[in-house]
Amino acid sequence: MSTIINILSWACLAGGGLFCVIGAAGLVRMPDFYTRMHAASITDTLGAGLILLGLVLQAGLTLIAVKLLMIALLLLFTSPTATHALAKAALIRGLEPKLDQSGGKSSKA
Amino acid sequence: MFAAAAAALLMALALALVRAFLGPTVFDRAQAANTVGTIAMLLLAVIGFLTGRPEFLDLAIVYGLLNVIGTIAVLKYFRYGSLGEPGEAQGGAER
Repeated sequence: MSTIINILSWACLAGGGLFCVIGAAGLVRMPDFYTRMHAASITDTLGAGLILLGLVLQAGLTLIAVKLLMIALLLLFTSPTATHALAKAALIRGLEPKLDQSGGKSSKA
Repeated sequence: MFAAAAAALLMALALALVRAFLGPTVFDRAQAANTVGTIAMLLLAVIGFLTGRPEFLDLAIVYGLLNVIGTIAVLKYFRYGSLGEPGEAQGGAER
């Protein structure tokens, strides 16, 4: 039983780390502020969720698991709020999204 | 296995810092700072397990609370130029 939990926890931690790196790489490589924000939200949701789930599986039914769930709940509420405020502030400031200027020709080609 | 997760988180942290240095606008830097805060929270939790001291989770909770307040404060400062004023409603309506 504990071997199964260990394997599950390992998979969650590895997947979470992978998604964190993917989100941060998108933060560097994406061409536009709004697309970068989209990439960064991967780190906030899937990466953080999987890593915290892996740690909860390691902790078992203890106070530590409750604290980890508190952290997950905190991220669940604050990260969309911060992203929303950021996007709205950038839009009001006049930052234009980089749109496809070719008139959709690239999708047909 | 905790060491592998911590290494991945450190790599993500380095990439987010690259964006914070490159970022052409202030919003890119604010987004990078937000991501750095999230990753630092996760890194604190993982390091707590790595060293067998789960008290680090309390630090992670406090760091997360400070992170969101810091992001909102920076955004408000760059939108209104001041932290003390309540700000105006959009559209210029008189109140």
